[in-house]
Amino acid sequence: MTDLTKLTIAQLRDGYKAKDFTSLEATQAYVDAIEAHNAAFNAYVTVTPDLALRQAAAADAKITAGNAGNLEGIPVGIKDLYSTRGVHTQACSHILDGFKPRYEATVTQNMFDDGAVMLGKLNMDEFAMGSSNETSYYGAVTNPWKRQGERTDNGTALVPGGSSGGSAAAVAAHLCAGATASDTGGSIRQPAALTGTVGMKPTYGRCSRFGMVAFASSLDQAGPISRDVRDAAIMLGSMASADPRDTTCADLPVPDYEAAIGKSIKGMRIGIPSEYRLDGMPDEIEQLWEEGKAMMRDAGAEIVDISLPHTKYALPAYYIVAPAEASSNLARYDGVKYGLRVDGKNIEEMYENTRAAGFGEEVKRRIMIGTYVLSAGFYDAYYTRAQKVRTLIKRDFEQCFDAGVDCILTPATPSAAFAIGDKEMAADPVKMYLNDVFTVTVNMAGLPGIAVPGGLDNQGLPLGLQLIGRPFEEETLFQAGSVIEAAAGHFLPEKWW
Amino acid sequence: MTGLVDTRTPNPENFFAGDDHDWELVIGLEVHAQVTSNAKLFSGASTEFGNEPNANVSLVDAAMPGMLPVINEACVRQAVKTGLGLNAQINNRSVFDRKNYFYPDLPQGYQISQLYHPIVGEGVVTIQVGPDKQGQFESVEIGIERLHLEQDAGKSMHDQHPTMSFVDLNRSGVALMEIVSKPDIRSIDEAKAYITKLRSILRYLGTCDGNMDQGSMRADVNVSVREPGGEFGTRCEIKNVNSIRFMGQAIEYEARRQIDVLEEGGSIDQETRLFDPTKGETRSMRSKEEAHDYRYFPDPDLLPLEFDDAYVNEIRAELPELPDAKRNRFMAEGLSEYDASILVSDKSIADFFEKVVEGRDAKVSANWVINDLLGALNKAGKNLEESPVSAIQLGGIINLIKDGTISGKIAKDLFEIVWNEGGDPADIVEERGMAQVTDTGAIEAAVDEIIAANPEKVQQAIEKPNMIGWFVGQVMKATGGKANPQAVNELLRKKING
Amino acid sequence: MSVDTATVKRVAKLSRIAITDERAESMQSELNTILGFVEQLQEVNVEGVEPMTSVVDMVMRKRRDEINDGNKAEDVTANAPMSEDNFFMVPKVVE
Repeated sequence: MTDLTKLTIAQLRDGYKAKDFTSLEATQAYVDAIEAHNAAFNAYVTVTPDLALRQAAAADAKITAGNAGNLEGIPVGIKDLYSTRGVHTQACSHILDGFKPRYEATVTQNMFDDGAVMLGKLNMDEFAMGSSNETSYYGAVTNPWKRQGERTDNGTALVPGGSSGGSAAAVAAHLCAGATASDTGGSIRQPAALTGTVGMKPTYGRCSRFGMVAFASSLDQAGPISRDVRDAAIMLGSMASADPRDTTCADLPVPDYEAAIGKSIKGMRIGIPSEYRLDGMPDEIEQLWEEGKAMMRDAGAEIVDISLPHTKYALPAYYIVAPAEASSNLARYDGVKYGLRVDGKNIEEMYENTRAAGFGEEVKRRIMIGTYVLSAGFYDAYYTRAQKVRTLIKRDFEQCFDAGVDCILTPATPSAAFAIGDKEMAADPVKMYLNDVFTVTVNMAGLPGIAVPGGLDNQGLPLGLQLIGRPFEEETLFQAGSVIEAAAGHFLPEKWW
Repeated sequence: MTGLVDTRTPNPENFFAGDDHDWELVIGLEVHAQVTSNAKLFSGASTEFGNEPNANVSLVDAAMPGMLPVINEACVRQAVKTGLGLNAQINNRSVFDRKNYFYPDLPQGYQISQLYHPIVGEGVVTIQVGPDKQGQFESVEIGIERLHLEQDAGKSMHDQHPTMSFVDLNRSGVALMEIVSKPDIRSIDEAKAYITKLRSILRYLGTCDGNMDQGSMRADVNVSVREPGGEFGTRCEIKNVNSIRFMGQAIEYEARRQIDVLEEGGSIDQETRLFDPTKGETRSMRSKEEAHDYRYFPDPDLLPLEFDDAYVNEIRAELPELPDAKRNRFMAEGLSEYDASILVSDKSIADFFEKVVEGRDAKVSANWVINDLLGALNKAGKNLEESPVSAIQLGGIINLIKDGTISGKIAKDLFEIVWNEGGDPADIVEERGMAQVTDTGAIEAAVDEIIAANPEKVQQAIEKPNMIGWFVGQVMKATGGKANPQAVNELLRKKING
Repeated sequence: MSVDTATVKRVAKLSRIAITDERAESMQSELNTILGFVEQLQEVNVEGVEPMTSVVDMVMRKRRDEINDGNKAEDVTANAPMSEDNFFMVPKVVE
């Protein structure tokens, strides 16, 4: 039998239907693969093989009965920030030690309702704060990709990006067929780009946030990381929904995203924003972008130059808005209701000790920045101003879309994967933040964005292209993304594990 | 608070005497009123009072990770209704903000409130202060600054364990309206009249039950003193005053304290104070006050709260008659301002009165409700809901007077019987033979008998017509009070004066 | 704008995060790096621009006034570090 972990979601689905193999077999293959190789990546922070095999058996019954759901029997990994009933849910923070929710996130519930099989919970930056998956309480995740000539156990371990580093690494290393992720400033698209996988951040409000551990409520959005564009479309079709429990979730029907795959983009107008051409941007990124344009042009799209003048202010505005919201969202971790408690001689000390021990350094930094920018006397200068800038960023995009641009093509990241423990990044938080420079604008404007592998750099590491679309027009991104994929091909890491 | 405007002319009757000069009180009230609703402001858990620990708590109220607020439409409606009842500006767009602070009964680490854009803006409450010695009331307008919606906190209990506090989140997330007055109040009586009036309006509207003893209404009282008509002084905020009586004591104490400080050459620190009812004092509350910085910002889990004029007009159309309008109507129907004010002061009294007065004389009905019923209830320490005499029964008694079946005096006895034993007044009169004698023959016999027995009094009565009252009394006594006094009067006059 | 260590400590206090003097110093430089980075927002002309309150155009959905949650005290306190009789327990709070 073929190695079932090599198959995409679409291939598994077809195989189940054709009775070539069962979900139980595929799930067992993944359980074995995780058992054998997770240690090499540290992608999973907890595994749920018993649950997975139970779900797989149930899925097989449904497949046999002919009433399979959209994700029936598909073994997936779930990012640790999704609340999963009775299963480890800590957003990879020490402060949620031992937390097992008595409830299920809407997104995971939607997936289970469609037959998905959960293999375990995936590593991430603590509370999704990070771009390298190094802030996790459970340790860094290793990217399955290594530089050419270093593809051995001892070769430099690279980061998978973040915050959904566990999701991206697990998908790239074939430790799950697809994974849920979440994106606040680039946390789906950046790790997807760094691991040669596809990452889809839908429009804000497309997926319910109910049951997702909150980082920055006005920016957080669920989405998939997958092997290819079709799988991302299949997954989003299950993840997305309206939800009466999330006021910010859109009351819109979920279209058949998969139907968009392979549709011609002839006549589509693709915008190229001049402001994304950064000073000192590596030639390889520039070249990748050019190739992307060519792919679109070859497929019949019209390339138009556009201007998004407030682009450079998106990242600084983000580093006010996101920490401000986070400082408030993370106030509930106080040692009273769940998670870690470190005693003190009174309640104030208990709070301070618990939060000092429970949060990692990056999280503390962001809480403190957020607290500072909201504090008396600074609120207007920082927060109000940042939200005004955000209005301008959104307006930039609206003007382009109003002028007839269907989607926007940009690089996904300013560089390929870097080494775990990179000294420059560690020394300067802003340097790390710059990883999200191309992705964060999309969150600030609430738009959908997809990262699709576009090629390899000269060290043999994957690079991604990003497509940005109109609100709730994810289909356009799947359509155009599948064109890039068809032209650029698929990229698999050379196996060293 | 926006720039303070003084709307009042200083009234020396309200002044506090000082060493060198008088002092004038300036008071503003922030009233927290629990919105009457089945479920909480942002969750589907019950608002019921007094349940088992954490029974009325959803995972949203307990701030579990990933839980999100969804607003209760009825609470919005209640806030709009209250705003209309306070003659206030209704804001078609308002925004929920987070007020951030740490406290064990605040599970989210923030309270969802409305700082920058409240649902209701400026309005006015008219209070009646008095009556004075001439029985006159003074109408005073107290400005409303704003009304906003917010979440209540849970409850910490400190006396269950030697080293631990117990936290119950049943109240966490219950909807409150914070109603902020302008600093327009100048005396303790005005403050009491304001809160009484506000409570009455909320009860009329059905938007808050106003039960201060259950905590569904409580006030933060801002008190400052100044030279009469001078600049506003520095204020202190007395937190969580939960009875009108305590509020009076707290203001009195706080005013004296501030005057003492100022007269000794000191200055007032703007601070939060707590009223201790057992000692009758206010004391500085949290020494860590300076550490408070609530870092308000718009709650990103919620969208702005928006509605159109049609929504507001629909609520306006449902508004009940409010105390001021009702009082004016009662006065137009012939009641004195005093009687009308008492009857409208409490919705349950007004409702009771309206049942009694239906088809009956307003003045007579008002007298019975105020003097007899409320008097008796007061004496028995009961409230109107516990009244042994219903509106129907009281109406029945008045009917029996009206149609001449019983005299006013017998009616008092009848009232007492109904109070103690219950029953239909007409049946009681019938069964116990209490109906007054209208048979002129029987009355005449009694009259003749009395006249015959008292010739010298007859002579006096001829000279002094007032003496006739004595004869009436004697006849009534002889007939066991059942004679129709009017008939007795007429007969006597005829016989004595010829 | 930049912060001094006293401000760092005040912010740590507001955030309820215990911080040593030594860490406050390193935190000071980290925060100042970030504040220096966001400083560039001051150059944007935001006159007449409304601050964003919601990123997507939607009318806020409301719930009906129905009791459909609660009565799960055990679930509510199941993950509590310390609880008794369905109460949460915390070190004694003194007012």
